[in-house]
Amino acid sequence: MTEEIALRDAFGNALAELGHQNKNVVVLDGDLANSTRVDIFADAHLGRFLEMGIAEQNMIGVAAGLAAVGLIPFVSTFAAFAATRDLDQVRVVVAQPKLNVKICGGYSGILTGRTGKTHQSVEDIAVFRAMPNMVVLAPGDAVETRQVIRAAAEYTGPMYIRLTRDPTPVIFGEDYRFEIGTGVVLRQGDDAAFISTGVQTIRTLEAADMLAAEGVSVYLLHLPTIKPLDEAAIVEAVRRTGCVVTSEDHSISGGLGGAVAETLAEQCPAPMRRIGLRDVFSESGPNEALLEKYRLTAGHIAAAAREVMALKQRL
Amino acid sequence: MLSIRDLERIANRVRRHVVQTVHRVGVGHLGGALSATDILTVLYFHTMRIDPARPDWEDRDRFILSKGHACLALYAVMAERGYFPLEELATFDEVNSRLQGHPDMTATPGIDMSSGSLGQGLSTGVGMVLGAKLLGKSFHTYVMLGDGECQEGQVWEAAFVAARYKLDNLTAILDWNRLQQYGWHTPGDDDQVRQTPDETPAPKWQAFGWHTIELDGHNIGAIMMALQEAQGIKGKPTILIAHTVKGKGVSFMEGNYLWHSRAITNEQLAMALAELDG
Repeated sequence: MTEEIALRDAFGNALAELGHQNKNVVVLDGDLANSTRVDIFADAHLGRFLEMGIAEQNMIGVAAGLAAVGLIPFVSTFAAFAATRDLDQVRVVVAQPKLNVKICGGYSGILTGRTGKTHQSVEDIAVFRAMPNMVVLAPGDAVETRQVIRAAAEYTGPMYIRLTRDPTPVIFGEDYRFEIGTGVVLRQGDDAAFISTGVQTIRTLEAADMLAAEGVSVYLLHLPTIKPLDEAAIVEAVRRTGCVVTSEDHSISGGLGGAVAETLAEQCPAPMRRIGLRDVFSESGPNEALLEKYRLTAGHIAAAAREVMALKQRL
Repeated sequence: MLSIRDLERIANRVRRHVVQTVHRVGVGHLGGALSATDILTVLYFHTMRIDPARPDWEDRDRFILSKGHACLALYAVMAERGYFPLEELATFDEVNSRLQGHPDMTATPGIDMSSGSLGQGLSTGVGMVLGAKLLGKSFHTYVMLGDGECQEGQVWEAAFVAARYKLDNLTAILDWNRLQQYGWHTPGDDDQVRQTPDETPAPKWQAFGWHTIELDGHNIGAIMMALQEAQGIKGKPTILIAHTVKGKGVSFMEGNYLWHSRAITNEQLAMALAELDG
């Protein structure tokens, strides 16, 4: 039985651990600490836990001020608010001056505990990808999340980290080494390429297994870093296979799919399908029903692979 | 120690730099730079613990020009103070210049925080003061706000948090010149006045838990005393509500909303410099 750990729990624990090792780490919360799990940091280091209340624009500005005097602020709120409500603030006092602020967007994607479209985020990758000087990370499991947090503290500069709410399978072993900007090949195959990010990689792996059972060998590239994009890895995946499906719990516009399409159009055009929200917001509902309705399941991913393989044949 | 008369002379030179630079570049935010000049002069030449030779000195006092469009006055004060050569003011707004159209901490030595999008500076000041406390440092942080700027909700988010954390090493200065850019006018108003609606800033800041000091923002001695009083207030942040005149020092600009951002003709420059004769 695969162990399941929520990224938010891994995140909270990793931050608390980091707080012991690095006295310059401070955490800012927008009244969501028990949801995002930065309460774990608060329990361990209350003096460096700065409650900012329900005022995200101010929270980003405060983080910029903290970074400007040499501290390492981790700002925590929901991805929806991080990417939209305080975006001008991120632009002007974080991205433009390249201040060392780490923005952690919890409850990303559409699986947000039935809270519905206002609390979900289908645009955050697109928004931060378009912003210069931002590093954009979306870890796929608890092991990777822990390493992302450590890497975040070692990296100097603006960063956005996309996190999720619910328990999800652990896919990486303790020997895994996360590196900013480096994609991870999880399956070596030749018939089609899957390129996925974040927790959606887990459903993409299931799709790969489904296809394997049909005799189709899939190459699977997991991209925990969307910016800077590992273009070489993307091109390699598509040179090997000739067709590609991107997969994300995010809009098909502007996120991972957009990034991959931009790269391939310039360097290695190939038949492509994007799995993600098809220019719609989502809604309240239980996870399985949402994944089915919004076409993010392994079945949908596998079907897209069959489509691009058919297109490849016709070329 | 500079006298009040010394500081008045410096402020006068700063105003000359502001109008000359705008004339040279073609357009600039004159009104709000001139209204801020006396306060900036006192801060940089009297009040703040700073060292132009060490703009990154860890224990320096910090200043954030939240009303970033008034940066011409800040650049002129900083040049007079020695952060960079006076001649460099001529590069304002040119490509590759160290003097950007709005304060850019990555470009200009001595600029403590980037600004330009209004309403953001007080938050960054709160962060610096909170950071100072965590680092065991005692430097003071000053944030200058515009009154139009206080229409941005984020200003009040910062005000609330600053009071909640009892940030007494934070002093805000409101450049209360009663005008903004296009201004407010509805049928029945005097169209040429366009005054910013808020008649009573002090009770609002007091309601948010701040200590307030009202003063004449063009009286050097009053500014010096108000900043000193602010340093002595414990347990709450302080805001100076500086009664100022937009365009102060140039008669045809004073109190005129059209001089928020404008070009200066040769004739207007000559008139302005004649009035700013020291």
